Amino acid sequence: MTTSSEDVLLQMGEVRYKKGDGTLYVMNERVAWMAEHRDTVTVSHRYADIKTQKISPEGKPKVQLQVVLHDGNTSTFHFVNRQGQAAMLADRDKVKELLQQLLPNFKRKVDKDLEDKNRILVENPNLLQLYKDLVITKVLTSDEFWATHAKDHALKKMGKSQEIGVSGAFLADIKPQTDGCNGLKYNLTSDVIHCIFKTYPAVKRKHFENVPAKMPEAEFWTKFFQSHYFHRDRLTAGTKDIFTECGKIDDQALKAAVQQGAGDPLLDLKKFEDVPLEEGFGSVAGDRNVVNSGNIVHQNMIKRFNQHSIMVLKTCANVTSAPSNMTNGTNNANGPVSQSAYTNGMNGKGQATATATKSSADQVDKDEPQSKKQRLMEKIHYEDLGDPLLEGNDDTANGEKAKSKQFELSKVERYLNGPVQNSMYDNHNDPMSLEEVQYKLVRNSESWLNRNVQRTFICSKAAVNALGELSPGGSMMRGFQEQSAGQLVPNDFQRELRHLYLSLSELLKHFWSCFPPTSEELEAKLQRMHETLQRFKMAKLVPFENRAMHELSPLRSSLTQHMNQLLRTANSKFATWKERKLRNTR
Amino acid sequence: MKLSVDGLLVYFPYEYIYPEQYAYMLELKRSLDAKGHCLLEMPSGTGKTATLLSLIVAYMVEHPETVRKLIYCSRTVPEIEKVIAELQNLMVYYERNCPNPPPLTGLVLSSRKNMCIHPEVSKEREGKAVDGKCYGLTASYIRERHEMDAETPICQYFEGFSMEGKESTLPVGVYSIDDLKEYGRARNWCPYFLARYAIAHAHIVVYSYHYLLDPKIAQVVSKEMSRESCVVFDEAHNIDNVCIDSMSVKINRRTVERSTNALNQLTKLVQDIREEDTNRLNEEYQRMVQGLKDASVQRDTDMILANPVLPNDVLTEVVPGNIRNADHFLSFLRRFIEYIKTRLRVHHVVQESPAGFLKDISTKICIERKPLRFCAERLSSLLRTLEISDLTEYGALTLITHFATLVSTYTKGFTIIIEPFDDKTPTVSNPILHFSCLDSSIAMAPVFSRFQTVVITSGTLSPMDMYPKILDFDPVVMSSFTMTLARPCLLPMIVSKGNDQVTISSKFETREDTAVIRNYGQLLVEVAKTVPDGIVCFFTSYLYLESVVASWYDQGIVDTLLRYKLLFIETQDNAETSYALMNYVKACDCGRGAVLLAVARGKVSEGVDFDHHYGRAVLMFGIPYVYTQSRILKARLDYLRDQFQIRENDFLTFDAMRHAAQCVGRALRGKTDYGIMIFADKRFSRHDKRSRLPKWIQEHLVDSFCNLSTEEAVQLARRWLRRMAQPFTREDQLGISLLTLAQLENMEQEKLERQAQGKQGVGGEVQEL
Repeated sequence: MTTSSEDVLLQMGEVRYKKGDGTLYVMNERVAWMAEHRDTVTVSHRYADIKTQKISPEGKPKVQLQVVLHDGNTSTFHFVNRQGQAAMLADRDKVKELLQQLLPNFKRKVDKDLEDKNRILVENPNLLQLYKDLVITKVLTSDEFWATHAKDHALKKMGKSQEIGVSGAFLADIKPQTDGCNGLKYNLTSDVIHCIFKTYPAVKRKHFENVPAKMPEAEFWTKFFQSHYFHRDRLTAGTKDIFTECGKIDDQALKAAVQQGAGDPLLDLKKFEDVPLEEGFGSVAGDRNVVNSGNIVHQNMIKRFNQHSIMVLKTCANVTSAPSNMTNGTNNANGPVSQSAYTNGMNGKGQATATATKSSADQVDKDEPQSKKQRLMEKIHYEDLGDPLLEGNDDTANGEKAKSKQFELSKVERYLNGPVQNSMYDNHNDPMSLEEVQYKLVRNSESWLNRNVQRTFICSKAAVNALGELSPGGSMMRGFQEQSAGQLVPNDFQRELRHLYLSLSELLKHFWSCFPPTSEELEAKLQRMHETLQRFKMAKLVPFENRAMHELSPLRSSLTQHMNQLLRTANSKFATWKERKLRNTR
Repeated sequence: MKLSVDGLLVYFPYEYIYPEQYAYMLELKRSLDAKGHCLLEMPSGTGKTATLLSLIVAYMVEHPETVRKLIYCSRTVPEIEKVIAELQNLMVYYERNCPNPPPLTGLVLSSRKNMCIHPEVSKEREGKAVDGKCYGLTASYIRERHEMDAETPICQYFEGFSMEGKESTLPVGVYSIDDLKEYGRARNWCPYFLARYAIAHAHIVVYSYHYLLDPKIAQVVSKEMSRESCVVFDEAHNIDNVCIDSMSVKINRRTVERSTNALNQLTKLVQDIREEDTNRLNEEYQRMVQGLKDASVQRDTDMILANPVLPNDVLTEVVPGNIRNADHFLSFLRRFIEYIKTRLRVHHVVQESPAGFLKDISTKICIERKPLRFCAERLSSLLRTLEISDLTEYGALTLITHFATLVSTYTKGFTIIIEPFDDKTPTVSNPILHFSCLDSSIAMAPVFSRFQTVVITSGTLSPMDMYPKILDFDPVVMSSFTMTLARPCLLPMIVSKGNDQVTISSKFETREDTAVIRNYGQLLVEVAKTVPDGIVCFFTSYLYLESVVASWYDQGIVDTLLRYKLLFIETQDNAETSYALMNYVKACDCGRGAVLLAVARGKVSEGVDFDHHYGRAVLMFGIPYVYTQSRILKARLDYLRDQFQIRENDFLTFDAMRHAAQCVGRALRGKTDYGIMIFADKRFSRHDKRSRLPKWIQEHLVDSFCNLSTEEAVQLARRWLRRMAQPFTREDQLGISLLTLAQLENMEQEKLERQAQGKQGVGGEVQEL
């Protein structure tokens, strides 16, 4: 327990702990107490472990501060400044305030780490199995596992998994109860608070600003319940209300959104009328023209209802729409930039970005009529009458258009060049000479020919054999008749095989994702992954094969054939890469 | 498919056809053959537009001499765009399948707001501002000025068009608004004027009602349409109101003030001009003396200043002497405005006929009828002479002159009502002069007489006998089609009482009754519990909506409702409503479900479709009667009674029921769709109301569904929804409500027609109506 590396933020003498005098240290990451004339720290609590701090009430003779830990233990520090009560209080408050600042920083960390990992594993049986297969067998180290293989789970899944929706009536569900003496009691649960924050970000901000700096939590919520926010029929109250501003912010946001207009041309009432009547014309029943004669309170309330529903809806829209927008946006920007950068070579970045912005602006311009057209087509489409009989170009073009809207590319190059990254990669790093390319081509085409020959000309004997195997009674038809492979292989083997596949594909996924290794890091990772794969083979696959050989003689290696093949491919890929790399460095 | 309709080869761009579509084609062809007008009702969602287009186009191909042109009028911009999209489909089908596709050109005409491509002008959101700015860049004298002084800004697109575009004709094809814009951009031509020119030659024109019905616009835009045209008014259930609106004027104190200001400004301008350049005024004067119409009147860009009266009522005489001089005219106007000002200073409601008004005006300030009739024209001439490019300031003054011209042109079918205050706020003085058109046939008459075939069609025209009366025409064909259905995909119900047996009704005596409002609320909550996805409710008026929502909030119904679905409410602000609507759609899309409270006769009820999951149930709270205390309405009712022998009650019920039908019809937009229609008012079950619903709704409204309590209705809905949720394939429909070509040919024509019209006996019911 060294304290040397940490900064001591506050040193408070004359603090008693369990009747022993000593000094309280408030440090970067923990709070510690050292008895007088000792070198070792008697009490040390990491902030992450601390749940809350409590202080003794005003007016009590003892001035104390208690920290409550997550595991329920507490430590109580007694302030015994000789200069009297006031000084004690001052001391205590100093510590208290400092802790108050520090603690929230660590609060969020608490849930993380082990507890988190444990939960993730429990929630994802597949991952757990993977963990068992890879980490426990020492194919991977634990850190490596969490850093690479479970990263998605740890980050993405956490955010995404089962976000609790907001009920439309969450405000109504806070049923006030009379507290017996002509007051009202509102029951707030953390869920409801969560809902309120999610629906009304402005309130959240207010809460962040005011609690606990300016007012305690309870007062904040009291005010909230008194504000127009909660009582939708109330007009904006006086300026004293801290929520007035929230209301204004929301109103402004709504106004801006309204100004922006409905995206859908079929819903935009403003654009419905083609030729509006000239001003002063038209007065048929007088009914339509009576505007604003109604009750302002009612109108306001209706506005609030709309607003509320829109806000609630937004909470669930955020989850789904935001990421897709993001990727879309980056795509738009990415594609043209990278292209023009390549083609123009040295032309400078300014131009590239200019074209990018321009093209994306164009895109927006062109998108609108297209999406409009699509909407119109949807509207005039009658399912049962069948598609309009316009087979041929037009239709497919339309379909493609429709699809291209939803097509999201995280890497444009990949899409353009297909999954084989060779040429691309070559282009980047080692421009091959012409001869080399030619040679490669020739070699490649040779292999094509070979393959063709093999496929077309099977020797007759083999063909007859195969036919025999495939006829009823043949070895291949056994499974077909009554026993499929599933029945032949015992359950435990199947399970194990499945696990093996899972682990292997996980590893392979990461292996392949390293290609093309454009950076140092990737190369290092590639190396590492390759080694991991080897380890996997030795630690898991080979024992399994042995066992299978032993117990399931008829199936022998056919079970692991595919896996071996996968591994081989990866190995050969790695080998070629290595070879090329060596050549390049030379 | 290619099918033969009574000997006519029709290309129908779908593989299958509904029986009623075929029947509709037959009727349509009959009226085209007879060169007469027709009135056809076919439920929404049965492919009316596609049917109309394919038949009329086929007819045009077959008999190019009889029908030269198709003018398709629809109401809203989205509707117009849908029509063009269908037309594009049809034409592509022709191209692919017809040995020699017909060289037809179709295009859409819309306002500048939608068609402008000028980088600055098109940024404006208000239609009026776009028009004004466009006028400021393209008016004839601006362009002349530009020739003198290159600094004067003009519109490059218009210039490009007038240089090269006027002579050329559009290549054959169908052009939507976006296509025209594209075409215009590519050639540097103004799409708006391109379309304006092209509609003279195009075979198919799609545009808004106003281009044909509003005299101010029709005169300029639709002047040169040949008689051999077929005019279609789609969604025509409100056509009488459009007619009336375009010829009614409302003048309040603000109008008068503004026009006085404008007048002062004009006077100043005239003086300025006199000092520097008397010639211009003299020239104008001379032109008037000689009775020459302004040469520049013909210039299309000056269209903003058109005459408000119908073309055949425009005088061809010379402008009378006492207003030829600009000064004289201005003082004439001043007197007229002063007169209106005194008329607005009333303390009780005054109603008089235009004739009485004219008599009064001539005795009080000695203004004759004749110069009044020239007011509009004279002002437009003056504004042009003064080369005023920003017309927005003169809007009020133009309105006053339009009023003058209208009031002196029409003595019949109009009334003048001066109200000193609003009925709801009798203490606040807010005088308004209504010059109200009572007779929708006035605006329609020229259309009927000018064109050989006028088709009036909509999903809800019942009761159909009303339209020939109020529009004053003689249809050769009048027919209502029902929807042939393989499964009962609509469930109309009349809920007349709440669970507590309290009668629910929005009639005046009980509408504010808390019991009624609570029962309405409970009905909605129950429905929200039962019905998935979107629910739309219509109230009879905005005021009622407001007060009901307020009571619901107090009664805690809103809170209960929010537990099941999100709540969106139509407001009087269009932008806000659009946004709420967008979110409503989003809520339905994401499966959360939502309730939309809207108003019958509002924008939502007339322009937005709630197909499929956007509207699984529609509730009509009360009967949407028009505000009956309105004097204008009373005047109109009187007029209808005297002129057309239509009883007040008949008309009111007709009007209310067509709006109710329009509202509930929003939910059903096709045979694969399904929706519940709840009429929540006891009065709906009365025969006079029920029988006025469209036939396709009436058919499913059996007696046992006519007097339900909330609970019973919900039970029925639950059972029905379970049935509807079953998969429904094309095979289920084939042969019943959907036909292949072979099936169509096998079925006898008469049988088909009978089926489509929903009757087993021989025809004749149509006359009976």
